[in-house]
Amino acid sequence: MQPSPRWLLALPLLLAFTLSGCADDSGSGGGVQSMKLSTIRGRDKLVCGVDGKLPGFSFLGPDGTYSGLDADTCRAVAAAVLGDPAKVEYRDLNSSERFAALASGEVDMLARNTTMTLSRDSAGGNGITFGPTTFYDGQGVMVPVASGAKTLKDLDGKPICVESGTTTELNLADRMREQGIAYTPLKFQTGDQTYAAYLGGRCVAVTSDRSQLAAKRSSFPNPDEHILLPEVMSKEPLTPASVNGDPAWADAMRWTVFALFQAEELGITKANVATKVAEAKANKNLADLRRFLGVEGDFGKQLGLPADFVPKAIAAVGNYGELFERNVGSGSPLKLERAENRLWTQGGLIYSPPFR
Amino acid sequence: MTSIQPGPESGSTPPLRPARPAPKSVQPSWAGALRQELFASRTDGLVSVLLIMVILAAAVGLLRWALGQAQWAVIQANTTLFAIGRYPIQQQWRLWLLVVLVAALSGVSWGLLRAFPRADRSGEIWPFNDRLAVALLGFLAAWLPAALALGLPLQLRWWVITALLVATRWLAGHWGRSWPPRLVKLVPMSWPLLYLFGMVLIAGGLGLPRVPPSEWGGLLLTLLMASFAILLSFPIGVVVALGRRSSLPLLRWASVLYIEFIRGAPLITLLFLGQNILGYMLPGGWAPDRVWRAAWVLTFFCGAYLAEAVRAGLSAVPPGQLEAARSLGLSMPQALQRVVLPQALRIALPGAVGQFISLLQDTTLLSLIGLLDLLGTARTVMANPEFLGKNAEVYLTLAVLFWCCCAALGLGSRALERRLDPTHSPA
Amino acid sequence: MSATPVSATPERIPWWRDRRVMPWIVQAVVGLVLLLVIALLVGNLVRNLTAAGLLLSWRWLGQPASFDVAESLIPFDASMPYWRALLVGLVNSLRVILVGLVGATLLGTAMGMASFSGNGLLRRLARVYVEVIRNIPLLLQLLFWYFVVFLALPNGTAAFQLPGIVLSKSGLYLAWFAQGFSWHGPELVNGVWQAPLRFSVEFTALLTGLITYTGAFVAEVVRGGIASVPKGQWEAATSLGLHWSASMRSVVLPQALRVIVPGLNSQYISLAKNSSLAVAVGYVDLYSVSETTLNQTGRALEVFLLLLGSYLIIDLLISAVMNGVNQLVQIRER
Repeated sequence: MQPSPRWLLALPLLLAFTLSGCADDSGSGGGVQSMKLSTIRGRDKLVCGVDGKLPGFSFLGPDGTYSGLDADTCRAVAAAVLGDPAKVEYRDLNSSERFAALASGEVDMLARNTTMTLSRDSAGGNGITFGPTTFYDGQGVMVPVASGAKTLKDLDGKPICVESGTTTELNLADRMREQGIAYTPLKFQTGDQTYAAYLGGRCVAVTSDRSQLAAKRSSFPNPDEHILLPEVMSKEPLTPASVNGDPAWADAMRWTVFALFQAEELGITKANVATKVAEAKANKNLADLRRFLGVEGDFGKQLGLPADFVPKAIAAVGNYGELFERNVGSGSPLKLERAENRLWTQGGLIYSPPFR
Repeated sequence: MTSIQPGPESGSTPPLRPARPAPKSVQPSWAGALRQELFASRTDGLVSVLLIMVILAAAVGLLRWALGQAQWAVIQANTTLFAIGRYPIQQQWRLWLLVVLVAALSGVSWGLLRAFPRADRSGEIWPFNDRLAVALLGFLAAWLPAALALGLPLQLRWWVITALLVATRWLAGHWGRSWPPRLVKLVPMSWPLLYLFGMVLIAGGLGLPRVPPSEWGGLLLTLLMASFAILLSFPIGVVVALGRRSSLPLLRWASVLYIEFIRGAPLITLLFLGQNILGYMLPGGWAPDRVWRAAWVLTFFCGAYLAEAVRAGLSAVPPGQLEAARSLGLSMPQALQRVVLPQALRIALPGAVGQFISLLQDTTLLSLIGLLDLLGTARTVMANPEFLGKNAEVYLTLAVLFWCCCAALGLGSRALERRLDPTHSPA
Repeated sequence: MSATPVSATPERIPWWRDRRVMPWIVQAVVGLVLLLVIALLVGNLVRNLTAAGLLLSWRWLGQPASFDVAESLIPFDASMPYWRALLVGLVNSLRVILVGLVGATLLGTAMGMASFSGNGLLRRLARVYVEVIRNIPLLLQLLFWYFVVFLALPNGTAAFQLPGIVLSKSGLYLAWFAQGFSWHGPELVNGVWQAPLRFSVEFTALLTGLITYTGAFVAEVVRGGIASVPKGQWEAATSLGLHWSASMRSVVLPQALRVIVPGLNSQYISLAKNSSLAVAVGYVDLYSVSETTLNQTGRALEVFLLLLGSYLIIDLLISAVMNGVNQLVQIRER
């Protein structure tokens, strides 16, 4: 066997290193009008990046359908853009590949319990565009009751399971450093591995968004054997996102989600949306409602969407309150409180700017 | 006096056991043979007893677990997910049709292989091993659907398909010789056609509704990926191997660069390249779906390793062969195609099949980039609250499945080797 | 290759059969196609990366990583820069590769030799081991080792204990020299095992998987090497009155090494590459750190180049060492 000239391979590497001298960090922040909306219409399908393994947010059932808050957000957008909530193609993405999938155009939008942060939003960071927050969350820590841990301090010197590539991982490092607690982070690529290691007893605690912990706990064989520590380690606004550089598409997605908020405020539900539309058509004095439901004005056209995108979205998934109760609230195994996720009129953070 | 022992199972290694002061070298009775094998000396006996105890303990433990503690419901409830992933239910008839076609064609091919033994080899049409295979098939068809707790209609379908396979094999085996030669020649040609047709059936097109790759999964995706990569990597491997040995410097260096680039990096980094960087390298909209991107990465990956196997085959063909062919007036491509490659590929066959087996195993890495291949599906299934913590059952099932597939490939390659071996004398 | 073919006819050779012209045309065409493809790919890459503001830059390597790693041989905390985190990953990779190489060699050699044992059971067992392990994907084996075997281990006082060795769910603990060169065994302190030499269970699971898997391939290489030694050597050794193990050790194996060493090279390299599957069992190797880094910085190309370069260097190192060993074991002509 002749010696293989492997050193040849080093040439491109060397080239890359020298080339890098010329490149500059300051990137242009987009501004190019790409045609995401027409791409979606052309393929007649919305490609939506989801988690796929998180009950309550996006979960692939044995019958092959997705359910959850995030999955329903995708459905609402598909209904608004394409007129049919079934025209969604879900892609299961793990936390470390989600941004690359969005940036390379593989998915049109991300509804994957993703926290909005500065570095993810900015053009110099991950460079993605966030819509309205659909779930206000905070990071928590779950431990087995039997461990006797009551606060973070009790976890000193213990292994903690965490999903890699998440804000959770970074927050954990920050909080522990602040409080001077030594710990061992055990990182896994996917949520299912993380919880498998936790349930296997490899670590005494697992950290994630509190909603996720509650969701996972509800699926454990003995949910009562695990508790969430009282500390909330961070703010985690879980927010759907689209790629930078296509403002028109970002607007369409943003206002579809706002429409779900607004619908709850106006008392429009999946069940009564048809009668509300009929009511609006019949009564010219209900100007707000007529504009909102697309009976009057051209909000749809301004966004590049059909005039009736709002009723279509509501008819597909219901208003935000229905979405919440069905997927994570009292109508679900998770039984989460609405808490911060109540409407602003009830003291919560869910607030839609005016449709005007 | 040397007592010659049978070598290890493969039979290719010469018996190497040194002489022992054994009183008898030939023991006709099985008890004697056992004694010779296991208890030839005191240490031997001790080792044997120890090993037997360990094996027994392991076997008893495994059986106790498998029959008592293990909960196989996780497999039984998810057979569809494991087999085809989220393939739409109303389109599943297409897959059934494909299975029927494959079974029929395999039966015909199998029968014909038996009906036309190599000219220099005589023998009866159905040797022992062959009947054993049919018996095994029958057993599997009877036992597996029941063990998986499939519904009766599904069980019935599998029985019919197995019956079809056995029937076509019998028909082709008995009457294949009297078929017109053109019909017989058609059979090997119909495999690639069936593959293309199968692709259409699976993916849609020609009037069938499209089923996007993101909805393929489980065993279907694993087999599709592996077969796609194996088929397409073959031409790549041959071309690159020829380039590697070419006298033209540019071709040689390009081939070397390609081979070493691929072989220098772990597959997972190449999949990383395909998933995260390829999108940037192609004009907008050109980048294929990520399932296909992974398929292409696997193809080019396998191609580089195959090129090395083919190169070994090429260098084993004496240079005189090429020179003789050229001096007969054949052009370079003709000489390669008619004289050199057939010999080289036959020599490269074991290496190539080994490569294919490892490619089939490498498809499990797709689960690391979030695709729902067999292992990826298994991981989603285990995230389902109902089946949390059923790791052992799922991983063991997968291991058995992969083992059977890989071992079958290995056996098939050895059979093919024997059939192609020109020097093999009739047994 | 032969010179210009003998042309039977006196007329001029058409250009497409001229052996002085054709090679150059072929090369020019291939070169042009390659150049076009590369130009297309690189052009797009540069354009798209510029648009995304991600064109090649290495400045981010100096920024703080702000994530922690579970185990590290060199000091590391979240305030240290990315390059340091990547270095931690590389060192962790090297650690598992080195120990894995030794382990796989020992196991493989033992199994390869066992397949020539006079004991029929042992011989068959060695074959079964090879056939079972080689036909099951490594990733599946790793997941099995970690999630099924190692996570089922007991913890605390119930852990498996042998003199100087403790194996529990939290890791493998070995006796070793503590400070002052005094021999220290593992001991239980407040329900947590302490020992001078401690390996995390992730490391142990990965190592076990890599060793058993690569060991099967090494066993095949060793078996082929031993089989290549002429039978007469065995007979000569035995007739000198050497025992089986003695003739294996001092007569057969040294000769077999000439065939074994080149074969080992590729198995070693594949072990090094396979160590990147660590990410599946939660061990922080180079690939795992790279993935986290990519996720935080979005610098896919740079991370990929670093990965490629590192594995290339590891491969080259292994090849270089093995070439040296190869020269040692070859027969010297006298």
